[in-house]
Amino acid sequence: MTAPTPALATSGLSKSFGALGVARSIDFALPAGARHALIGPNGAGKTSFINLLTGALAPDAGRISLSGTDITEMPTHRRVKLGLVRTFQITSLFPDFTPLESLTMTICEREGVAGRMLRGFRRLSHLADEAHALLAGIGLADSAHAITRTLPYGRQRLLEIGVALAARPRVLLLDEPAAGVPEKESGALLEAIAALPDDIAVMFIEHDMDLVFRFARSITVLVAGQVLCEGTPAQIAEDARVREVYLGAHFDG
Amino acid sequence: MESIAPGAGFERRSRLRAGEVLLWLAIAAAPLYVPGHLVLASQILITALFALSLDLLLGYGGMISLGHAAYFGTGAYTAGLLAQHGWSEPISGLVAAMLVAAALGFAASFVIVRLSGVALLMVTLGLGLLLFELANALADITGGSDGLQGVEIAPLLGLFGFDMVGRTGFVYAYLVALGAFALVRRIVHSPFGLSLQGYRENPARMAQIGAPMAARLRLVNTISAGLAGLAGGLLAQTTQFVGLDALGFERSAEVVIILILGGGGRLYGGLVGALVFMIGRDVLSEANPEYWYFWLGLILVLVVLFMPQGILGGGAALLVRLRGRAALGEAAR
Repeated sequence: MTAPTPALATSGLSKSFGALGVARSIDFALPAGARHALIGPNGAGKTSFINLLTGALAPDAGRISLSGTDITEMPTHRRVKLGLVRTFQITSLFPDFTPLESLTMTICEREGVAGRMLRGFRRLSHLADEAHALLAGIGLADSAHAITRTLPYGRQRLLEIGVALAARPRVLLLDEPAAGVPEKESGALLEAIAALPDDIAVMFIEHDMDLVFRFARSITVLVAGQVLCEGTPAQIAEDARVREVYLGAHFDG
Repeated sequence: MESIAPGAGFERRSRLRAGEVLLWLAIAAAPLYVPGHLVLASQILITALFALSLDLLLGYGGMISLGHAAYFGTGAYTAGLLAQHGWSEPISGLVAAMLVAAALGFAASFVIVRLSGVALLMVTLGLGLLLFELANALADITGGSDGLQGVEIAPLLGLFGFDMVGRTGFVYAYLVALGAFALVRRIVHSPFGLSLQGYRENPARMAQIGAPMAARLRLVNTISAGLAGLAGGLLAQTTQFVGLDALGFERSAEVVIILILGGGGRLYGGLVGALVFMIGRDVLSEANPEYWYFWLGLILVLVVLFMPQGILGGGAALLVRLRGRAALGEAAR
C-alpha cells in the first residue's frame, strides 16, 4: 500500500542569497489534517521557507507539490486558488477596509467573481453573508463594520486568520499567528486554530514553546536552512540535538 | 484615502444618494443661474471628468500618475486632428479620442503595472514629457506651439451648433461627464472595484488572497486613459482648438492637485476639486492677477494640513463626528 499523498510536500528545496543558504535541500511533507509546528532559532529560515512555499521567493532548486500537483513554477495567486494560503508575522491587512469588506473581497476572489466590473453587490449578498458567518465563527462579529486600523491588535491578528480562512485553504501556513498578542489572548487564538476543520492541514511558526507543545501534533526543527529533525512533540522534547542547538536549558527543569 | 463610511453595508454603499441626484440637477440648472459663465462651467465639467479618470487610478487603485495629460492631450489631438481633416461629426470624433487614448494607456500599462513609488512617478512623468515634445516636434501636423488651427465641429446631432455662449458645449460636456461618472460609479462599487481598493490598501497582500492583479491593473489603466482622452476630446471640440498645453506637465500636475484638493477615492472628489480650483482661479486671478498662484498655494497647504483626505474627506469626517455626538446625546437621554 502506498502512503497517502501529502497535502503539501517539498523535495530538495533550496534557496540562497549569495553565501547565505536560507533553504538547503529541504525535504518536507505535511499530511492532510496536520497540526504541524515549524520551529528553530532566529534566522533558521522559517519565514523564508513559507515564502518559498507560497511563491513569494523562487527556489534555486527543488520541487514543491500541493496534493500531488507540482506548483513550483506557479504564481502566488494561483497557488492560493488551489488552496495554499498563508498569514503574515507582521499583520498585513487592508487598513481602511472593514473586516466584512476584507473577507467579502477574498470570497469574491475565491468564487471567481472578483473581476466583475459591472455587477453590484446586490446580487452577491450571499457572499457578504458568508463573510459575516466566518467573522462570527472567529469571534469578530462585533467588529464586522469597524475600520480595520482602529481594531485592537489581538483582533487584527484574528482578522489576519479570518482573511486566510475566507480563501478556503486546504493548507494553511501561519507565520507566528500569536506574535504581539497579549498572553491571555494567545491561548484562545491557538485554540481557534486547533479547532479548524480536520480537512485543513495547518503548519505554524511559533516561538512560544508552551503554545507549540500544547497545539502541535508534529514538529519540524529547522536550523540554518536545514531540517534538523522531525517528530512528535514528545520526541522533539527528548532529542538531544534539539536541546543543544535550540531549546537550551529551557527543558532541563 | 478612506473611501468607505464605517457601518455602511455593500448594498447601502452603492445605493444612489439624494445628494448625488441634487448635485447633478444643480449642475444641469447652471444655464439658469450663471448663463454668462457656461464656457467656464463646461471647462469645470471637463476638468472634473479628467480628475475622475485619475481618481480611478490614484484614488481607488493607489497608483500615482504625473503624466496623465499624455492621455488627455492624445484625446484632444485625436478629436482636433479628425475635425481639422474634415471629420467634424462630434460624437464619433469623441469616441475616437477615447479609443486612441485608451490604446495608448493599454500599451503603457505593460510597463506601468510593474512599477510603484518613485519609479512609477518617473515613468509617468517621462511619458507626459515624451508626448509633449513629440507634439512640439511634429509642428507640421499639430501646429506646434501655435496650436492646432482650423478645428471646426459640426452641430451636435446635426441640430445644435457649438456657439460662443457655450450652451451646446455645456449640455454636451454635461451629458458626457454624467455618463462617465455613472460608469465609474458602477465600476468602483463592483467586486472589481473592491479589489482595486484592496490593491490600494495593501498591494502585497492581494496575491495572497488569490487576486491576479496585473491584468486588472492593466485594465484600469486602460479605462483611466480612455476617460482622460474623453475629457481631452471634449475640450478640443467645445473650444475648437488644441494647444500644446493639453499635453503639458502643468496639466498633469493640476489634475493631481484638483483630485487631492477634492479628496481621492470618493468618486466626487474630482468634481468638487475642479469646482473649487477653477472657480477659485477665476476669482483669484481677477482680484490678484499677478500673485494668484500665491493664494492657490496657500489654500493647498491649508487643505492638505487640515483636511488630508481632501474637502470631501474632511466633510465626511466632520459629519461622522457630528452624528457621533448626536448619537451620544441620544444615548445620554
